[in-house]
Amino acid sequence: MVVAQVSPPEAADAGVRFLAEVNSKTAGVSHLDMCIQCGSCGGSCPSASAMDHTPRGLFALIRAGKRDEVIRSNTPWMCLSCYHCVVRCPQEIAITDVMYAIKVIAEKEHTYPNNVGPDFAGVFIGQARRFGRSWEIGLTARHYLHHFILRLPGMTPMAFGLFRHGRIGILPHRIQGRKQLQAILRRADELERAR
Amino acid sequence: MNSYLYYPGCSMEGSGRSYRESLEGVLAPLGMTLEEIDDWNCCGATEYVSLSTTPAYAMIARNLAIAAGEKKNGQSLVAACSACYLNLAKADHYMGQQPALNARVNDALGAGGLHYDPGTVKVRHLLEVILNDIGLDRVRAAVKKPLTGLKVAPYLGCMVPRPDVDGAYANHEQPNDLDRLLRALGAEVVDYPLKTECCGGHMTQVAPKLGLELIRRLVSEAERREAVMMVTVCPMCQINIDAYQGEMNAMFHTHHKMPIVFFTQLMGVAFGLEPGKVGVGREYTNASKTLAKALKAAPQEALVAAGVAPAHRPKPDKRALPMPRMADSEVEE
Repeated sequence: MVVAQVSPPEAADAGVRFLAEVNSKTAGVSHLDMCIQCGSCGGSCPSASAMDHTPRGLFALIRAGKRDEVIRSNTPWMCLSCYHCVVRCPQEIAITDVMYAIKVIAEKEHTYPNNVGPDFAGVFIGQARRFGRSWEIGLTARHYLHHFILRLPGMTPMAFGLFRHGRIGILPHRIQGRKQLQAILRRADELERAR
Repeated sequence: MNSYLYYPGCSMEGSGRSYRESLEGVLAPLGMTLEEIDDWNCCGATEYVSLSTTPAYAMIARNLAIAAGEKKNGQSLVAACSACYLNLAKADHYMGQQPALNARVNDALGAGGLHYDPGTVKVRHLLEVILNDIGLDRVRAAVKKPLTGLKVAPYLGCMVPRPDVDGAYANHEQPNDLDRLLRALGAEVVDYPLKTECCGGHMTQVAPKLGLELIRRLVSEAERREAVMMVTVCPMCQINIDAYQGEMNAMFHTHHKMPIVFFTQLMGVAFGLEPGKVGVGREYTNASKTLAKALKAAPQEALVAAGVAPAHRPKPDKRALPMPRMADSEVEE
């Protein structure tokens, strides 16, 4: 008798490998292998409706070894980092950090579904690395010009409001230890690449 | 005198300026001193952890290393911004949890002549420090102009009560910490079930439809609960709800005008400081008038307290069924 194999061994291997990869990329201990597919995460998620897979669905895909589908999903990019799912998860999975780990992989392989989120993060961090502080006006102006030029007319009064209320400076604040910070981050980049 | 190390975070210097101004104003009445750590850098918000892990944690850990070097007499490191607080607390926690991360981060810090041993610095949020170290009795004693009649929605946001790496919160979804503090100032705190729901964070920038919808929920619920003002502990929540309310109104064809201020601003006003001195008026949806109204009502209240004016009991609302209410003593604890 021929028994149909629901999960061919190579797929299971791919699942184990990808799960290990995600675990190793997660900053803390992920506990992702403990997922019981209960769906508390998706049910708690304020942005689930904007995601192509709920967190639970994404974790099932990870364990099924569907690496490509996972790193192309918009799910981690829609994650708000609100940690609702994290405190509700009965298995104490560090869901937000798993989302960050998937974003880090997608960022490295350029598989993100659109570049608005990665670009915003990239510009924010580029400025923070250069000056040691975030630069609100520089970031926002560049971001709107690149991605939301149609929102600019509506945003202009807001920008003026920020100036009027003294809530935004024009020039970035630069810390003294920029060289030290940049040396630390260059070494951190090398270590990250070597992982 | 309670003395702490202090990490302000970038927002406090810019869009969250009224948070800084009001915090500076309430330190003396609270008997607190904050020592800003030297030459701190950006914590990377939620952006760096989405790009690259080791540099993100190394960037946060530089601040922890500086704080560890400046720490005296068991001082904790206090942050007022929710995202800064969480990043610092998480870096300390995960470096302790994952030896590999700790090794990589310290290797990187070494390139700048720094080192950080996880667990050296205790990271705490300002609200928790005020509640647990300073205490509500001290807050009550400092109140000169009670905010009587000011109906506020306590909006804590996500990152202070969650994920709570240090286990400071018994309740991660409906904590009453901010409620208790605001009530100590004399304000009327409405029951606001969305108090720890998300403001959307950077979604107003990267996915506006989603971000604005989250803001709409928060604002319309606060209004439905008859709050005249929202109160927050986070610069991100403040700017999202304040500055994007116009765009939100345009998208959903609504006409909300909900001012949102920092809890330290209300503390300052209740402690008798000029509203302008604690940054009131820097909002888009101006909070000055709403506050002035409440303060005008205060003298009457003082007369009642002194026994000069008769206190009149509010008539029960006949349209609604009487709802069971928790005794105040239960709520406090």
